[in-house]
Order: sequence, then C-alpha cells, then structure tokens
Amino acid sequence: MSPEAGRSEPLRGRAHTFGENIDTDRIIPARYLTRHDPAFLAQHCMEDEDPTFASRVQAGDFIVAGPNFGCGSSREHAPISIKAAGVAGVIAPTFARIFFRNAINTGLPILECPEAVAGIEPGDDLEVDFATGAIRNLTRGVEYQARPLPEFVLEIVAAGGLIPYVRRQLGTAS
Amino acid sequence: MGMTITEKILAAHAGRPAVEPGEIVTCKVDLVLGNDVTAPVAIKEFRKIGVDRVFDPERVALVASHFAPNKDIAAATQAKEMRDFAREQGIRHHYDVGDMGIEHALLPEKGLTVPGQVIIGADSHTCTYGAVGAFSTGVGSTDMAAAMATGTAWLKVPETHRFVLRGKLGRWVSGKDLILYLIGQIGVDGALYAAMEFDGPAIRSLSMEARLTVTNMAIEAGAKSGIISPDEVTLAYLRKRAQYPLRLYRSDDDARFARTYEFDVSRLEPQVALPFMPENTRPISEVGDVPVDQVFIGSCTNGRIEDLRIAASLLKGNKVHDGVRCLVIPATQGVYLQAMREGLLEVFLEAGAAVSTPTCGACLGGHMGVLAEGERCLSTTNRNFPGRMGHPKAEVYLASPAVAAATAITGRIAHPEEVARHVA
Ligand code: SF4
Repeated sequence: MSPEAGRSEPLRGRAHTFGENIDTDRIIPARYLTRHDPAFLAQHCMEDEDPTFASRVQAGDFIVAGPNFGCGSSREHAPISIKAAGVAGVIAPTFARIFFRNAINTGLPILECPEAVAGIEPGDDLEVDFATGAIRNLTRGVEYQARPLPEFVLEIVAAGGLIPYVRRQLGTAS
Repeated sequence: MGMTITEKILAAHAGRPAVEPGEIVTCKVDLVLGNDVTAPVAIKEFRKIGVDRVFDPERVALVASHFAPNKDIAAATQAKEMRDFAREQGIRHHYDVGDMGIEHALLPEKGLTVPGQVIIGADSHTCTYGAVGAFSTGVGSTDMAAAMATGTAWLKVPETHRFVLRGKLGRWVSGKDLILYLIGQIGVDGALYAAMEFDGPAIRSLSMEARLTVTNMAIEAGAKSGIISPDEVTLAYLRKRAQYPLRLYRSDDDARFARTYEFDVSRLEPQVALPFMPENTRPISEVGDVPVDQVFIGSCTNGRIEDLRIAASLLKGNKVHDGVRCLVIPATQGVYLQAMREGLLEVFLEAGAAVSTPTCGACLGGHMGVLAEGERCLSTTNRNFPGRMGHPKAEVYLASPAVAAATAITGRIAHPEEVARHVA
C-alpha cells in the first residue's frame, strides 16, 4: 500500500463499478502475461470486462466491485495493472485471498465494505481514507466505515508494502 | 480442543504448540515455487530486498510451464530471466524444456512435495499438493520474493471446512466429477479463505492422481488450501520418490471444523461445468445437446497418466468427430514417456487427435489451442472464466478426461457410456 495511504489523507475520485466474482483473467487476460511492465499491463486493465475502461479511467479513480473480487489466478499482474492504470484503490465486500495478499504486498489499497458497495453507483464521487477505512459518497452524502485491516497487515501497509517490510526485518533497509 | 491437520502443520512451522484459525503467523516454508509468468516478477522484487542469495537453493523450484516451449520473444525473455536466475543461485529444481512439465503435476511426480510440508507457490493451483498431506497455498510474486529471501511467509491460519464423501463411485465418475460437484454445491467463494479437508470412503478410494485432481480445484471454491490426510495410498505413491522426510499428521477427532459437509456420492453422474464459472455444474444428463469445436485433454488438473489412459481407452479404434479438434497434452515429460511406452500416443494419433510436448499452453489461452470468437471447447482444465482459453466470447465447458474423450468422438458433450460399449 502506498505511503500516501499510510499518512491517512483521504483520497478523492470517481467510482467505476463492476459485478461479482471478477476474476483475474478479466482484470488482465492471460494473453498479456508474456510481459510484466506496468505501463503495458495498464493498457489492458479490465479489457475483457469493459474494453473502454483503460481509456476512461482517470488517475485517482476507484474500482468498486462485487464479492470475491480478483478470484482465479495468482498473477500479481492484476493489482499491478490496476495500480498502473491510475486506480487509487479498490472497494469490495470481499476479495479472493491471493488478490488480497497481492494488493497489500504491492501497494494497491483495498477495503472490504459490503454496505458501501451496495450504495455506490457508477460515476459517484468518493472520498476514501484507506488507513481508517472511512468511505464518503460525496454524490449521495452517505458515509460508510469499512472493516479494519488486521494489525499485522497494517504493519506491512505502514512499511509501504512487503518488500520494504522485509528489508526492515532483515536490516537491509538503507 | 484438538487441531486439524492444517493447524498442526502450521503450528509446527511457526514453532508453536498450537495455532487458532484467524491468527496470523510467520511460518518456515519447505518449498517455494514459481513459474515462467510469476517468477520473473518475483525475481525483480527479490533484487530489491538487498540479499544476494536465496535462503536455500534446494528449496526453491522454478518451472517453465506456461508459455514453454517459448511461444514468442516476450515469453522467451521471461523464461530466460528465470533460467539465468536459477543458474546464478544454483537452483537445481529448475525445470526447463526437455524435462519440464506443468508445475503441479511435475513436483509431486518428482517427490518434491511430501506430507507435513508448508509449500507456497506463486501460482493459484499450488493448493494441489494438499493431496499428499502438505499445507500448500498459492501466493503472489512478491510473497514468493520475500520467501526466497527469508525462508518464511506470513499466513493467516484458515478455518477448516470438512467434506466427507461417502459411497462408491460409479464407473465413469472420477476425482474431477467429485470436485466439480462440490464446487457446484458451495459456489466459487463457498470456501473463501478456508482450508478444504477431504475425507470419507469415496476420497480414500481414489488413487493419488485422482486426489491431486480434487485438491487442484480447491482454489476454484475460493479456498486457501485443500488437504487430504496421508494414508497407505499416499505412502505407496511416495515410497520411491519422496525427496524429503515425511511428517504425517491427521486431524484430531475433536478438532474444530467451521463447517462439515457430508455427501453420498454413490449415484453421482459425470459432471460438467458450463460457461463461465466452475460453479455452473450440472450432471451430464442435464447438459443437453452441445456441439463443440475443440476438446482439450491435459493441464495440471487432468494431464496425468491415469487421465490419458482413460481417454485412450475410449478413443481406441474410434475417430475424433469431423470438425472437432482434439488436443492431448501430457502434463509432464514423464507422463509423455509413459504414454508412449503404453501405446497411448499411438491411439490418440490414430484417432486423429494432436499430441504435444508438456505445456500449460491451451489451458490459459496462451498458445497451442487458443479459441476464436464464438468457439466452444470441452476441456479437462479447472477454469472457464470468459477469455480463459482465448477469445472472451469463446465458451469453455469443464469435465473429466472420460467425458472429454466421449465428446471428441461424438462431436457434442457426451456421456462416456455412449461410446464405451467396446471398452473392457
Ligand atoms: S495447466 Fe492451467 S491451471 Fe494448471 S498451472 Fe498451467 S495454466 Fe495454471
């Protein structure tokens, strides 16, 4: 998760909504996995679900999706492509577990909040604080509180992702 | 209060007498695995950590399976990154074209996965190794990088869902049908974050190969892992191949199971998962008349020798239907060789099927059998999400190798019984 998120500053952006069980093949199809540079993956983000997404999404927007987001393969290319497309974070009622880990480990902020997902419409203007879990729907004037992340996971978040966390543990951080 | 096999393995690797579901623990890992898609990303992250060597070169496995033999220049570059890293680090368990196979078929065959281990792999079907009684789970590339550096991984102890399967399986009903049926019952997130523990007479009657098929698809129910406690079948399978000492655990009688499901599977029919989710399963008698363009027999789910044997028993003396392309891809070099020795390859080729060297290829729409828009494939793989085997508007139906062979012959999804009259 980005150091910005750790600083507890709410982020503001528009919501792009998706249905339930969005699998990693729909986030980034396997045919693009011969490469792993983020900019390339960003161009094909969500392509098989919504071919216009990569061109419509603006830096700082949010993905708001149904349960079990990111099910399917373990490809880290999925959170990488979402992050590189400029998405500031993903909100869903539940995440598939490998996607959950990958998002935390690679610095894509995520929150689990079924109520918020039920109340957010495409294009709604949101203000989200990933550190506290506070979600405000500015378009509709409603606030939600997401389930907090486990403490251990917050430590990884605070370190800025798993790699900086491990560097600190091993004493290799400069 | 007793513990489940999963809790016992995790406790042992966390250096603790006991662990509870929901706790996050740091565990020693016995094996860390990556493939030609996920390892290159992990290697890039590993470089950022600031250590020069992996924690133990004997406990890292790298398998070029997805786009191997290299499908294009980009894929070749990724495979080379992995190969160079293996050389630099002295990683012996690096399997390249010529001795490679699909990772989850290959590592058990080589005896690298044994009971009692903690295995993490940057591939979602790492859950396969639970069939031998190991805790194994799929993670991402960054987790793989951290584990290569530290020999540990952080894991949330999963709650366990127990599946007790009773009854005797019908003639054409396999491990694949059992797991498709269970996923159909509980849904693609029915075991989210949980360990699925399989037990009961129907599970115990399965060969190790069929058990590997069952645990392979635990992830398709959202599970963290799938596991079967070791028994005589496990020990017989490992006798000649285990490369590490076995640590045998089983769940205590008073272990906490978050859920227990019991099914009598004696009347189960062969199952088919319809597009576009592995949970859309139906008994084959309810599938209707569904013509197909392609049949694929292979993958880490069903590309083992037993799978090829049953497919060949049906294809022998028959022809692949006009207008159907039938691909058979043995999952490992060892399976390929064995199939050749047993004359199975000849059966496939004479029937008009194509047989290739091991690769994931068609399973993930990578190469070797990609589908065009509007095409339909009956596949022995594990996923049928849109775009999984090619064009997002292509359809994938999942079933067993027996159903696949029958479908190849009739040109539409068919019960093996329909073509089996001549099979002894
Ligand atoms: S055969 Fe398919 S499911 Fe298995 S490892 Fe390869 S791509 Fe993944």
